[in-house]
Amino acid sequence: MTAVVERIAVPTLALLASAVLFGLLLAIYARVDPLEAFALMYQGAFGTWFSWQNTLTRAAPLILTALCTALPARMGLIIIGNEGALVMGGVAAAAAGVAVIDAPAPVVQLAMAVAAMIVGGLWIALAGALRQWRGVNETISSLLLTYIAIALMNHFVEGPLRDPSSLNKPSTWPIGDQNMIGTITGTDVHWGLVLGIVACLIVYVWMRFTTWGFALQVIGGNPKTARMMGLDVGRYVLLACGAGGAMAGLAGMVEVAAIHGRANASLAVGYGYSGILVSFLARHHPLAIVPVSILLGGIGASGGLLQRRLDLPDAAVVVLQGILFVAILASETLYGRLWKPKEAA
Amino acid sequence: MIDRFTIGRRALLGGAAGAAALGLTGGADAQKPLVIGFIYVGPRDDYGYNQAHAEAAAILKKMPGLKVQEEEKVPETVAVEKTMESMINLDGATLVFPTSFGYFDPYMLKVAGKYPKIQFRHCGGLWTEGKHPMNTGSYFGYIDEAQYISGIVAGMTTKSGKLGFVAAKPIPQVLRNINAFTLGAQSVNPKITTQVIFTGDWALPVKEAEATNSMIAQGVDAVACHVDSPKVVIETAERAGIFTCGYHCNQAKLAPKGYLTGAEWNWERVYVGFVESLKANKPLENFVRGGLKEGYVRTSAYGPAVSAAAKEKADAAKTAILNGSLAIYKGALKDNKGNTVIPAGTSYVITEPKLESMNYLVEGVVGSTS
Amino acid sequence: MENGGLGLWGVPLAMLAGAIRVSTPFIFVSVGECLTERSGRINLGLEGTLVMGAMSAYAIALTTGSPWLGVLVAACVGLLLGALHAGICQLPRVNDIATGIGLMLLATGLAFFLGKPYIQPKAPNLGAIELGWWSGIPQVRQALQVNYLFVVGIVSAFALAWALKNTRWGLIVRLAGESVDAALAMGVPVGRVRLIATAIGGAFAGVGGAFLSLYYPGSWNEGLSSGQGLMAVALVIFARWDPIRCLWASLLFGAAGAISPALQSVGITEGYYLFSAAPYVLTLGLMIATCSPERALRGAPGELGAVR
Repeated sequence: MTAVVERIAVPTLALLASAVLFGLLLAIYARVDPLEAFALMYQGAFGTWFSWQNTLTRAAPLILTALCTALPARMGLIIIGNEGALVMGGVAAAAAGVAVIDAPAPVVQLAMAVAAMIVGGLWIALAGALRQWRGVNETISSLLLTYIAIALMNHFVEGPLRDPSSLNKPSTWPIGDQNMIGTITGTDVHWGLVLGIVACLIVYVWMRFTTWGFALQVIGGNPKTARMMGLDVGRYVLLACGAGGAMAGLAGMVEVAAIHGRANASLAVGYGYSGILVSFLARHHPLAIVPVSILLGGIGASGGLLQRRLDLPDAAVVVLQGILFVAILASETLYGRLWKPKEAA
Repeated sequence: MIDRFTIGRRALLGGAAGAAALGLTGGADAQKPLVIGFIYVGPRDDYGYNQAHAEAAAILKKMPGLKVQEEEKVPETVAVEKTMESMINLDGATLVFPTSFGYFDPYMLKVAGKYPKIQFRHCGGLWTEGKHPMNTGSYFGYIDEAQYISGIVAGMTTKSGKLGFVAAKPIPQVLRNINAFTLGAQSVNPKITTQVIFTGDWALPVKEAEATNSMIAQGVDAVACHVDSPKVVIETAERAGIFTCGYHCNQAKLAPKGYLTGAEWNWERVYVGFVESLKANKPLENFVRGGLKEGYVRTSAYGPAVSAAAKEKADAAKTAILNGSLAIYKGALKDNKGNTVIPAGTSYVITEPKLESMNYLVEGVVGSTS
Repeated sequence: MENGGLGLWGVPLAMLAGAIRVSTPFIFVSVGECLTERSGRINLGLEGTLVMGAMSAYAIALTTGSPWLGVLVAACVGLLLGALHAGICQLPRVNDIATGIGLMLLATGLAFFLGKPYIQPKAPNLGAIELGWWSGIPQVRQALQVNYLFVVGIVSAFALAWALKNTRWGLIVRLAGESVDAALAMGVPVGRVRLIATAIGGAFAGVGGAFLSLYYPGSWNEGLSSGQGLMAVALVIFARWDPIRCLWASLLFGAAGAISPALQSVGITEGYYLFSAAPYVLTLGLMIATCSPERALRGAPGELGAVR
């Protein structure tokens, strides 16, 4: 029982503390009424049905990219190359979609998803393989691979894959309106959100109830024991990294098939980096990734109103995110150390 | 400590309160204020592309009966769709200006289809009747005319005969500027070459500085640029003691010695035009284009390093552009690979649609488009 | 040699010049991080510290007219951010990688938030030392324009390498990084050592930021760093926790970054996106070539969680 109270009380304390800190910054430096700002943020993120849809749309790509860090993290690898896998996945999806453009829409979409997941998966599996067989630190190699991926994307989009009629914003050929993933019936939110939530559920079940998932946790807990037990660590490294990369690649496919309709530089706008934050905040737990993504999406959605109504710079929401993250991370130390909170709290 | 957003906010609140008071007293003009949304892709004080728009937006802010809402650093993704919708749904905007090229297709077109009663005017897009919704439109300025003048001044000033151009990406809008700048310089000295370096993205300060320095090392003594914020290029060149031509806004303050002239936007003209049509209940134009003559673009005042002869040549060319007797792009024109791109005897007016899909660098430009 | 150009010979020269101009922030961040990591703490947040240092240095230089005061303030800001990171990480159960990422976000956001008023005005810059006075070729003179901070960076890399090896203080830092148990047994206050090492590491990163805003490119704006701090932290692992190798790695990285503009400036212009990726490809290639599963641990501080 205490554990449950704690799980609610600690993050709440962290939220309150960050709200106070951010409010002080607004009140003292920017001379803005913090309560007005928070009311606006609530309105912009969750206040109306439109705001909710805005929040969920922004959360969708983060759920998938977060899995790219979360899966390898279960076995102790720190991957930060999510953005690269997303970008490569997006380019692969667009290329595949254009290649089979005349097939029925479900076939095109499936081809795009498969291509994106394979390329994204291979991209991160490369970092895992380098780690396993060459001893190259996976955190750096995945970061380097991100920069390389973005350069490759620019090269393809402005060179071999370019649609010559995309004049001032070089892009690949469009995949065709008929092949786009639509929005969830009755809403404005695309199916990528559902895809992300389903992916998190699958990963959860996989981790929790299958031997493979269990083996990953064993390796993460103690690699030496794992080797003594005869587990083929290399295979699991490839598996975890490949599956994580495939999820980020899928995020790239969703961007292409639900939003842009083609691949171009708009793929690299930082969803991958936000995914890293989400994963760490969710403590790499697949089910926690969904609410954390929604929280982050909500902060993003509310930023516009802060700019327009209070004339705050766009960086205001970045500051809030930063304070929030640091506070939540630091609050982890409180678990098991709070005196039993009052029953009423 | 300088506190600029406080000032901005007070002014904004003051304006809003004034409008509200007007509504309560029920005066004869007690209309709801017209709400206009501006969306920028980068920070609005970047000394460049976004600032040029924000300066014009600031002028609109002072007009009575108008409420201007601005949002900066909105990426070219679903985020801009949501920003437009948010301005419409939560702020009541009836006219939206998404100012970055990448906002046009599919984002603005999608939102415009959803909100047929709202007007959208986009900067830089190629609006086509029949293909795009009638509540959308695009506007742009023929800033290559101003670049041509910059080229003349740079061509008259250079001693090495080598000009430099720091550019982001080889897209038509950029290529037009590089070519016009070069053609302007060649009109006073056919031997002049322009070295172009593409940095690969719109805002990469360290790369832009590196590009400028590499060109200086190769003997370039006057640079122009087409990146979102020319500040770094101009300052780096000024420090190295070479000449500069500005872009987007007037950067003379950044380079008091070496600033020659510059190609500037004058968006105020365009925006005020749209707002006046809207107020008068007239339909808004869908396809708006203009150059020096229409006042959509202008050149910066000449800097101290510009000689009298250079001024004379540049002014003469400006007059000729204004009265239509000078065509920047005319045959026979070859690209830098030796292909003829405009046959002899043909000359394009600045409005020629073929120019909007330019994909070559003219002879005399050192660089390649891919 | 017509018109003062050097032709193809300009490329290696431009790369040398690029290395001198671009590498300084990498040197500062990686040398600082090297010290931090040797004490057993990793600070991924130095990207944020770099940006915050750049902003505060520019703001101070602008308001006081003294760029060196700006450098000093940037160092203090970095010191505080580093101490904050170390302080939070010392709490039990707090992950230092995650905290680093959180602080990176916070510091970057704060720098953008507080830095808005300083984008437009022009602050005084740090001067340069002309080491190329002996040469008649302007390109050589330009290449050998060296900033004081570049020299300071080189000196501190060597000084740190020496201190880690030969001083009592260096031994204590390494002990804290190698084994907490051993350090505690010797009576070394591990927490305090790491706090100091992380704070100093942050101060270095702050100075690196001051170089960006006050010397090269020499103005404050929001795209100023674009990942240089993050890359510099990665270079530490690449350099296997050796300050002198950090120095070489930074110089190499700077030189590789100059390839793309240098090649374009002599007319080799095809595929510049791929040339732009050269620094990253080169770093990755070198890592693949020089690492091996057996040797991966060499040089790694034993207590560093991230590099197991």
